[in-house]
Amino acid sequence: MMQFGIFSVGDVTPDPTTGRTPTEAERIRAMVTIAQKAEEVGLDVFATGEHHNPPFVPSSPTTMLGYLAARTERLVLSTATTLITTNDPVKIAEDYAMLQHLSDGRADLVLGRGNTGPVYPWFGKDIRDGIELAVENYHLLHRLWREDVVDWQGKHRTPLQAFTSTPRPLDGVPPFVWHGSIRSPEIAEQAAYYGDGFFANNIFWPKEHYQRLIGLYRRRYEHYGHGSADQAIVGLGGQAFLRRNSQDAIREFRPYFDNAPVYGHGPSLEDFMAETPLIVGSPQQVIDRTLQFREDFGDYQRQLFLMDHAGLPLKTVLEQLDLLGEEVVPVLRKEFAIGRPAHVPDAPTHAARVAAAQAQEVER
Amino acid sequence: MTDRTLAVVAAGLGRPSSTRLLADRLGAAAADALRDRGDAVDVVPVDLRDHAHALTDGLLTGFPGRELRATIEAVTGADGVVAVTPIYNGSYNGLFKTFFDVLEPGALEGRPVLLGATGGTARHSLALDFALRPLLAYLRAAVVPTAVFAATADFGDAADPLAGRAARAGRELADLVAGRAPAVRPDPYAEPTPFADLLAGDPPGS
Repeated sequence: MMQFGIFSVGDVTPDPTTGRTPTEAERIRAMVTIAQKAEEVGLDVFATGEHHNPPFVPSSPTTMLGYLAARTERLVLSTATTLITTNDPVKIAEDYAMLQHLSDGRADLVLGRGNTGPVYPWFGKDIRDGIELAVENYHLLHRLWREDVVDWQGKHRTPLQAFTSTPRPLDGVPPFVWHGSIRSPEIAEQAAYYGDGFFANNIFWPKEHYQRLIGLYRRRYEHYGHGSADQAIVGLGGQAFLRRNSQDAIREFRPYFDNAPVYGHGPSLEDFMAETPLIVGSPQQVIDRTLQFREDFGDYQRQLFLMDHAGLPLKTVLEQLDLLGEEVVPVLRKEFAIGRPAHVPDAPTHAARVAAAQAQEVER
Repeated sequence: MTDRTLAVVAAGLGRPSSTRLLADRLGAAAADALRDRGDAVDVVPVDLRDHAHALTDGLLTGFPGRELRATIEAVTGADGVVAVTPIYNGSYNGLFKTFFDVLEPGALEGRPVLLGATGGTARHSLALDFALRPLLAYLRAAVVPTAVFAATADFGDAADPLAGRAARAGRELADLVAGRAPAVRPDPYAEPTPFADLLAGDPPGS
């Protein structure tokens, strides 16, 4: 089965239609409300970004996700992304293992490099080492979750002798890891090497670029012996604004688009919709456009939508989630299941991964 | 006989544009020199003015739109490039710089380039060497020794002083292009750095 959910950047942006900027406290509360709403309307995943500069609030993902773990029952709690370059991999191992326990296995994470230059020196790193940090740090993280006692020496942190990362992963199965990338072939190669998931945050770029990036990941996944190319674990981003009537959706979203961080004051809404996965329209249009992703990238495992950015008021975001949960995702679940080959894996869950690990144990 | 493509890029803002006139002249001179050597030449004219909005959008979003993408590929995939700008305030204009700013790093590495510029009077001519050459040097392009400046008066000079300069510059570009294999760019998505090399600390492309 596929998983559907939302991811939040956690930006504090003035509402361009009222000029009002929410406080950090309001925005943090809103993110928590949005995540709980996601579960309520039947979505599977909530993912938060990690940022270390204004105007973003989520600097501490596991604190927020730990709170959400106690407030939700089913929701998978994830990130978009956890900075593998500037965080200490030892602390990532500890924090996310703790989250995994507290959430009863409902935690996974998307690793990313981060593209805000000054964050590297603020955390004692050098952005020119970005790829190298992603490779070395993850290699250590991977070992910390799989070996009880680790001796380790690398280039970018102090050596470890006889170190045990606690708590050990729940049921002996580490949290599932996705490697997120916008454009780096090295990260697709890394995800393929370990047989981990690959999350292509495709919301800004045209599909041709992601076909090449995801194509590379799938090919190399097979090369490294984890399964056939169409069994690789792919997640995709998406961006939608819905109203029952597509003209209403366009009219209401346009000021938010025109003033949005990143692409605001740039291309027209129409050009951006033609070139990127952004869908502004009726539930049926969102369904049609999302189903097209399978044609473009193959059967995949996880679809996350960005719904709560650019100063959209909480009330509007909650209405969006109602439409997404009630009218879009049930249809997507049904349609994506049709013609999905039996050998294409479901989205990774803790229960399934524990069962797989036990089956492997029996074989030995 | 080898098939060669020449991209002839002009950053003029007027219509008609004297920058385009100079660019075409330089492109034709280089094409003639290549044909003299027996090559077949395809000349691709590029007016950056047509992409002015798309270039700004590309700066803001980080990806070039569909039409601009095709133009970028035509330029970065060419065997030789003629690049001509009007001189504004002692340097290339903003449109010219924006085009080079949206190219991928390394996109013009080693590529033969012929530079040209236009201005009201010949007082601006050294901007070619003080402003354009360093930009292309940063991009590691192979710039030919002769760069051609056309002042407005050159277009009405009976002696046509531009003709000789254009022919010499065109020959230089043709010599450089002819000495190279046709342009092929490595594709990092087709041939990734194997993970064992990444893990060993070998940077991509080393």
